Amino acid sequence: MDDTKKMAIIATKGTLDWAYPPFILASTAAALGYEVQIFFTFYGLQMVRKDLSGLKVSPLGNPGMPMKMPFGPKWFKGINWNIPNAIQSLVPGYESVATGLMKMTIANCGVATISDLRSLCQEAEVKFLACQMTVELFGFEHSDFIDGIEYVGAATFFEFAGDTDICLFI
Amino acid sequence: MNFDKELDARGLNCPLPILRAKKSLAEVESGQVLKILSTDPGSVKDFAAFAKQTGNELLSTAEAGGEFTFFMKKK
Repeated sequence: MDDTKKMAIIATKGTLDWAYPPFILASTAAALGYEVQIFFTFYGLQMVRKDLSGLKVSPLGNPGMPMKMPFGPKWFKGINWNIPNAIQSLVPGYESVATGLMKMTIANCGVATISDLRSLCQEAEVKFLACQMTVELFGFEHSDFIDGIEYVGAATFFEFAGDTDICLFI
Repeated sequence: MNFDKELDARGLNCPLPILRAKKSLAEVESGQVLKILSTDPGSVKDFAAFAKQTGNELLSTAEAGGEFTFFMKKK
């Protein structure tokens, strides 16, 4: 029997914040010697597009997200800008501004970009599977996605997932 | 302590210190020692866990002024 540990992840979210857990866990598991596969389905497909600019973070309707500024003196960075949902929803470009601020914070904290983590996963031979059904459902073309992806259905995922030590739905 | 290669992972956050260490270990021979510098407080437990799971030996962990120094011997 092959005693290599295995992990399978189902990645279903299409926002900047939720793109982190699958790639962080997959790259780390690969570094620990795990064989890893990620199955990207529904909004998770955004994480494997060539163009990652579709990944945004929205503070709207997300009460767990602190809204802090990534620049300025320490006292200013510490302020949590608690802006009511009604106002957030009315200001044009609010999401893009929030995403820009989040990207600055990510860089300031020495956290990798999604593009870097994705490359690290691929270098570590994490296998990327994309759900063919949702590719069609959302009107994507295979050329919208990075190279090295296998387009499959749920049955193919189970072939690997059934043998894993860890299986996560993110 | 003597070492064969040094990795400066200061300023990097999880999981980058571990990923870089894995890469650096691939560039040394079995039995050689990698010195790792980090500022990520989480890396203390993480390198211990990494060593335990990969079989590489964590020879020492030290902290001074918010900086962590690890010596790891390749399996």
